Amino acid sequence: MKEQQPAIQVDDLTVAYNYKPVLWDIDLTVPEGVLMAIVGPNGAGKSTLIKAILGIIDPIAGSVAIYGKPYKEQRKLVGYVPQKGSVDWDFPTTAVDVVLMGTYGKLGWIKRPGKKEKKEALEALEKVGMLSFKNRQISQLSGGQQQRVFLARALVQDAAIYFMDEPFQGVDATTEIAIINILKELRKAGKTVVVVHHDLQTVPEYFDWVTFLNVKKIATGPVKDIFNDDNLTKTYGINYKVAINK
Amino acid sequence: MTIQEYFELVFTDYTLRTITLGTAVLGAICGMLGSFAVLRKQSLLGDAISHAALPGIAIAFLLTGTKDSNLLLIGALVSGLVGTYWIRGMISKTHLKTDTALGLILSIFFGFGMLLLTFIQKQPNANQAGLDKYLFGQAATLVESDVRLMVIVTAISLFILLLFWKEFKILLFDAEFTQTLGFNTKFIDILITFFIVLAIVLGLQTVGVVLMSAMLLAPAAAARQWTNSLAMMILLAAIFGAFSGVVGTAISASQDNLSTGPVIVLVAAVFVFFSFVFSPGRGLLFREIRFRQNRRDLELKKTLQFMYSIAKNHKDISHPHTVRILNDFRGFTRGTLRKLEKKNWIEIHGQNWSLTTKGYETAENLYNQQKPHD
Repeated sequence: MKEQQPAIQVDDLTVAYNYKPVLWDIDLTVPEGVLMAIVGPNGAGKSTLIKAILGIIDPIAGSVAIYGKPYKEQRKLVGYVPQKGSVDWDFPTTAVDVVLMGTYGKLGWIKRPGKKEKKEALEALEKVGMLSFKNRQISQLSGGQQQRVFLARALVQDAAIYFMDEPFQGVDATTEIAIINILKELRKAGKTVVVVHHDLQTVPEYFDWVTFLNVKKIATGPVKDIFNDDNLTKTYGINYKVAINK
Repeated sequence: MTIQEYFELVFTDYTLRTITLGTAVLGAICGMLGSFAVLRKQSLLGDAISHAALPGIAIAFLLTGTKDSNLLLIGALVSGLVGTYWIRGMISKTHLKTDTALGLILSIFFGFGMLLLTFIQKQPNANQAGLDKYLFGQAATLVESDVRLMVIVTAISLFILLLFWKEFKILLFDAEFTQTLGFNTKFIDILITFFIVLAIVLGLQTVGVVLMSAMLLAPAAAARQWTNSLAMMILLAAIFGAFSGVVGTAISASQDNLSTGPVIVLVAAVFVFFSFVFSPGRGLLFREIRFRQNRRDLELKKTLQFMYSIAKNHKDISHPHTVRILNDFRGFTRGTLRKLEKKNWIEIHGQNWSLTTKGYETAENLYNQQKPHD
């Protein structure tokens, strides 16, 4: 019988800027089909972990496997939503154009997106409730709308695993609900979703898997088993009282 | 020569035609590639590169002893690329910020270039005269082979631009995302930078080291004001650049003692000024007009709403009230009543006013009308 490969397997991952470690000996196994939050204080290396997995940052040591193979061979299985603030939203382009960029990976070099890609982009915009804004210049979108456009761009990547860097940052309650519903739909479709998350209150409600990170990995596992005061205290260094039983 | 004579002569006179064509093509390629520099927020990179090219020109002359412009441009290209490479190295390997690295390379290379130029000028060799034209440029020295080279380089960069359009666009917008998709971002980056350096080097003879960055930035900055599409921006920048070249050449040819490079740059600056003030979407003028109109309109409507809040306490909404009670309302001016009456929202009888049915309904639904619609 073929053994089920984990969606993401990280071994001994260490990242450092100069001498200062940002991530230290991270071992992490993420099973397929979970919706996982990465939580930890500022500077804990949450974004760095995602970027190291995606090959944006070169680790000092360690290895990353996506379904058992190196990331380079599995790119097409992976979708990415960067932090909204990482790009210049005054760039001269429209919402649908940004979403189309999600198809570029599968197209490869030189080939241009055609009718099929255009259709996919419009469908993705519809899924995030942004179809009527398709020709809007991106600087004229609100923060929440920009975040939805980024999400739509990842959806057209049609990936098996998604990495999202703080998708809830600076969005209003309506957008937050819209986004989490899409994430839950992705999970229902068997996809694995990894989210850098800041709001501890919503972890039990939104996610079924969680990783506590503070340079080292503190714990990882199902939310119902490990999302407790003990791990929160270990991660944040103070007795973090969260209303888990809310 | 008057400007009119210039345009009569430009098609027949060989020298004039060569120079005009040269400055037009140069303006086009600079506008096109300058758009990338502006969008990457590397506006100052062009300035650093052009200054960094100067020692290359001097060294090429010292090595070969000729003033063949193509040979000197190869020297400029090499030293421009070395400068660019060092800037990137400094940024990625030290804690220096981009502006510091750019400023350092700019002044060190330029200083070294000036040193070499002075050294060359002291040489007992009559051949060296004219190397200083690379400082401020001298379009009059353009010959057919120079223009041919410009056309070829422009054609190649246009071809590369169209071929890698998608890759350029996504890298400009979101480099990290591009990397996760599996594109070699370093390659795309180097490709863009290489062509920017090439455009700068091509322009040195015409516009000169000191003003070259304006050629790169001005058309692009002006074009950005008129459009929200990348393709249109690049096209417009190329047109603005070419136009600046032609008009600048025409003006400088029609007057004595006006060197072409600075005039071209000034014409491009006029484009920038005009665009920043008059472009309909982003221009200062229309933005200010829209802002004032909206504000005045809202003031008027809020006054109406205030009148509504008074009028609705009466059974009869058209019951007259005295004007005096409006005096302390913020936004109320003498013109207000006249404007409200003109819109048929109120009627005025001497020192009294009363709401019309239309005014009443407008005030009642004001918030719903005013709500920003997505």
